[in-house]
Amino acid sequence: MKVRIKFAKYGAVKFIGHLDVMRYFQKAIRRAEIDIAYSEGFSPHQIMSFASPLSVGHTSEGEYFDIEVNSFTTEEDVQKRLQSVMVEGFDILKVKLLSEGEGNAMASVAAASYLVSFKKEMSLPRDWKEHLLAFYNQKRIPVVKKTKKGEKEIDLKEGIYQLEIEEDAVYLLLDAGSGSNIKPGFVLETFFNMISFTLPEFPFHVHRIETYKRKVDGSLSALIS
Amino acid sequence: MRKLALKDEILMQIEKPARYIGNEVNAVMKNKEQVQVRFAMCFPDVYEIGMSHLGIQIIYDMLNKFEDVWCERVYSPWVDLDEVMRKEHIPLFALESQDPVKDFDFLGITIQYEMCYTNILQILDLSEIPILSKDRTEDDPIVIGGGPCTYNPEPICDFFDLFYIGEGETRYRELLDLYKDCKACGLSRKDFLKKAAMIPGMYVPSLYDVMYKEDGTIDQRILLEPGIPEMIEKEMVTDVSDTYYPDKPVVPFIKITQDRVVLEIQRGCIRGCRFCQAGQLYRPVRERSVEMLKHYAVEMLRNTGHEEISLSSLSSSDYSKLPELLDFLIENCDKKKINISLPSLRIDAFSLDVMNKVQDVKKSSLTFAPEAGSQRLRNVINKGLTEEVILEGARLAFEGGWTRVKLYFMLGLPTETEQDICEIAELCNKIAAVFYETVPKEKRTGRVQIVASTSFFIPKPFTPFQWASQRTKEEFLDKAYLTRTSIATQLNQKSIKYNWHEADVSVLEGIMARGDRRLNQVILKAYQKGCIYDAWSEYYKNDVWMQTFEECGINPDFYTTRERRDDEIFPWDFLDCGVTKEFLLQEWHRAKQETITPNCRMQCNGCGAARYGTGVCLEKREEACHEG
Repeated sequence: MKVRIKFAKYGAVKFIGHLDVMRYFQKAIRRAEIDIAYSEGFSPHQIMSFASPLSVGHTSEGEYFDIEVNSFTTEEDVQKRLQSVMVEGFDILKVKLLSEGEGNAMASVAAASYLVSFKKEMSLPRDWKEHLLAFYNQKRIPVVKKTKKGEKEIDLKEGIYQLEIEEDAVYLLLDAGSGSNIKPGFVLETFFNMISFTLPEFPFHVHRIETYKRKVDGSLSALIS
Repeated sequence: MRKLALKDEILMQIEKPARYIGNEVNAVMKNKEQVQVRFAMCFPDVYEIGMSHLGIQIIYDMLNKFEDVWCERVYSPWVDLDEVMRKEHIPLFALESQDPVKDFDFLGITIQYEMCYTNILQILDLSEIPILSKDRTEDDPIVIGGGPCTYNPEPICDFFDLFYIGEGETRYRELLDLYKDCKACGLSRKDFLKKAAMIPGMYVPSLYDVMYKEDGTIDQRILLEPGIPEMIEKEMVTDVSDTYYPDKPVVPFIKITQDRVVLEIQRGCIRGCRFCQAGQLYRPVRERSVEMLKHYAVEMLRNTGHEEISLSSLSSSDYSKLPELLDFLIENCDKKKINISLPSLRIDAFSLDVMNKVQDVKKSSLTFAPEAGSQRLRNVINKGLTEEVILEGARLAFEGGWTRVKLYFMLGLPTETEQDICEIAELCNKIAAVFYETVPKEKRTGRVQIVASTSFFIPKPFTPFQWASQRTKEEFLDKAYLTRTSIATQLNQKSIKYNWHEADVSVLEGIMARGDRRLNQVILKAYQKGCIYDAWSEYYKNDVWMQTFEECGINPDFYTTRERRDDEIFPWDFLDCGVTKEFLLQEWHRAKQETITPNCRMQCNGCGAARYGTGVCLEKREEACHEG
């Protein structure tokens, strides 16, 4: 049986890297005495798959991972047990028993939404909002993206599904598929670069709001809808 | 939500920010308004090392069980954060509350190895606490040291207000009550320290002075306060089954050196190897009850979620209920997929059978610690391991499928000759030969791998070798070279890999280990010149250290290469570790005569620890106990 777990990450634990978050949940599952399944072999490991790694320093209310279990009580019970072994900064938001044949969390991810807030002390160019809208309304935004294999030219516009300007923040809905993932910081850095504005170090805070899969009809829905 | 001491911008620019945020599973949070004593417990090395230390976990758990006390943790900021904190004047903080250490009542520092001495100064400096005890005011925390290096506290005595000598479980309650009383009565720091000096196990260095002879050795110690003890006896837990032990150890977010549940099965060691300080300091050996260990194993695994449990002791094979404990652990851990790690086991049929059950034979290696190559030298150091036992253990292991063997030796032991060193190589060669004899060609999956490692011998206080001379750096390197060339001439040399330890850092460790009060100024000056993280070879600055000794007019050889006279007064002689100086001297003479001394379980040798009336000293032996 496969179970999907949605959690939030905020406060001090935003400085815990992805691999350590995985280790944290492996230990939490033991403390919560969840009947998780293990792989075969001499050094068995928990069968667990994380949807999409979150960068160090980012917060989120839309993180997911799947686990394989041997037995299952109820969604409420698993949520309660996991929540009871969390530290401040991690909250278990939802637990769902997946139906047969549902793809795993990592393979399902299609998009993610973010709120990028500028640091209060940062002075932005007065007309940044108009410039950003103009940037977004271009037909194509050709950029060079650094990948593990080197650099390749992509159309950034294809990866931005939605962009909205709020008071001192920007809402972004971005492609998060494996291989085509667009980081929110990359979008804004590209923009500020294009208007020749030099950003200070660590100019904004990134908060992930939700992680989405693509339904058969092509529309997006949260990994636990 | 807790506010962090460091801004996001700083945490984002340094390595492993999770070292500094606290908030780990089982970290203890209290309301600071509701406690009377705030205690900062520090391990002066980086988080991953400090968090792996069991002693701190025991004391942390104990102090936090006291309702009126909040104990928090402090580790050395890594060099990247160190630079930022100095530049931006950020005071060092404790992990739990993130409050500055300088606002605490106590700063406790555990001192586990000599090479952390400059890190102690870093902690004080970054905390904005005066480095010298004499410069501290009523507003500064009481700085208290503990751990094995406090068995010679003199080289660092100017930096501490107080040392706690011995095991931490016994006297903290009394000390903290005294502190509260003194505070309530408005007594000064000095008054508190004078009263603390009367509590057993407490050493207040500022209340003593030392006079030296012309030759630089100690003439006598002077008591500067009437009534304070001349000798300070170590503190020791007499019942290790009914005492403090953490059932909820802190679980770090990042991977640390000892990332597992640690179960201390016994304290002390029956063996009496003559180079080993721990083997003397923790006498007599005391076993925890198997019931207690089963209980804590289950609780700690449940409360941490760790996937591994490790048994800890100086010699696990000597624990009398080891089979029962291991059966219990294997049964309980197997279904929960928890690994069992078994360091310090003697290699024999029993241990190989157990290891076969808990480890992947193909991936694991076996460890022998003969410490010396020849039987003659093993008799000198009283290492009761014979070539026959090693080769038989190796044969059993090779039959069981193991192909990797690690061997540990020391170079520069007292009386060592070139012949002894050549026998290191010969022993490695014989082990390799056993493999080729035991494992038929068709069953070999490759050649056997033998890894021989040597460290350089450093005489330590409270060991029979405290009188011995240490070899120079050049001699050390010659010995390592001879070991290497001897191995290269062996028939099976292609199966043997050789590693050796650095020599110059061993010299400094030797200076500190048997140093006296005159080294305080050297350590302070070396720190001011930028020495820090001396235990990390990439940061160790030997030239700066040697130059500092010269500037201070101190000859390092006085502390290392000199062989001491039998009646010399050592800087640490005012401490009583339970084992008498007469016994140690007798052992030193027996060593030079190449005479072995039986272990505590075979026979009582009258070391002095029987006065505690506990542990192995109470066991019935065939021979009568020599002590009354």
